[in-house]
Amino acid sequence: MIYRMSAALLSLAGLFVSAYLYLYKIGKIGSLACGTGGCETVQLSQWSRFAGLEVALIGLAGYAGLLALSLAALQPSLAGRRWPVTLLAALSGLGVLFAAYLTYLELFVIHAICRWCVTSGLIIVAILLAALLELRRGSGRGAAY
Amino acid sequence: MAGTRAGMKRFYILLAVVAVIGLGTLGYLVTRSSSVSIPANVSIQTSDTSGFRGYIKGSPSATVEITEFADYQCPFCQTFATLQMPTIEERLIETGRLRWRYRDFPLQQHPFSRLAAHSAACADEQGKYWEQHNRIYEGQQDWSQARNAAPLFREYAKASGLDLGRYDACMKAGKYAGRIQASYNEGVQLGVSSTPTLLVGNRLYKGRLDSDAIAKLVDSLARYSSK
Repeated sequence: MIYRMSAALLSLAGLFVSAYLYLYKIGKIGSLACGTGGCETVQLSQWSRFAGLEVALIGLAGYAGLLALSLAALQPSLAGRRWPVTLLAALSGLGVLFAAYLTYLELFVIHAICRWCVTSGLIIVAILLAALLELRRGSGRGAAY
Repeated sequence: MAGTRAGMKRFYILLAVVAVIGLGTLGYLVTRSSSVSIPANVSIQTSDTSGFRGYIKGSPSATVEITEFADYQCPFCQTFATLQMPTIEERLIETGRLRWRYRDFPLQQHPFSRLAAHSAACADEQGKYWEQHNRIYEGQQDWSQARNAAPLFREYAKASGLDLGRYDACMKAGKYAGRIQASYNEGVQLGVSSTPTLLVGNRLYKGRLDSDAIAKLVDSLARYSSK
């Protein structure tokens, strides 16, 4: 259960990072606490949108989904089931691929690094790791999933 | 801890604490924010570019015109504005020999350049462009190191004698973001890549020209154009 709990806490943290970036995008927060200026360059670039949507909004929805899923996976009725964690691993795996694509854009196309995007990338990797460790723990224990 | 009733309780308390801290921080940031940031890569409207070709200082009948592409947060532009410009103004502009045109060229690496350019544009709306322009350059060391430059620009606006209600509304609306971007785009098309860059005739002068070099240039161009 510790890994499911970790996934829930990390998803909540990711949700706040995305919310922060999205609030900046819609003009509710004047400037980003970034230090280097790279955050604004990234957030104001054309790459801050994907498929017509703000990337921060996609992150917000994604983390909200992961939070709901990891909280559901902690409920007594699902605590012994494998599928919520498998789904969590699959979704966070997609998140990691998306974060890798965004990091590639930052490094090689925009030539600026947004620390908050990097933070979000690390969070999604940690969620994937938590889900994989939970799956491995379940397999090793031979629980009835 | 994990799995037990007490463990779950502790987990939910921790989750609630994180949620409260996160929501509190976001709430604080949203309510505290009185500043604005001026977006880059805005879509440029026709009204952004029609009729506007920079801020002009000097006689319309001056035989020579120099266009300066500059960035408010660039240290070289600051040195140029505070050390060379007063002499250029006295010797060349006020004597009617030279017309100066200032264009915004906010570089990406400078987070407050667009905000500074926008602040000056909002001052222009009230006929106080050069007052605000000079104050922004004079205060560059202060605001470029600030966490949020907007309050300092507002102080300069007050010192320049602007109507702060109108200034705030102009800044909040980001009214001139498109015009600033259009100016930047024009610079890029001309071949400007660094600041300050001076466009004299059809030639770009990159790097630092001092007032003596500019005076020689103006003399030579004036002779050429009078022939």
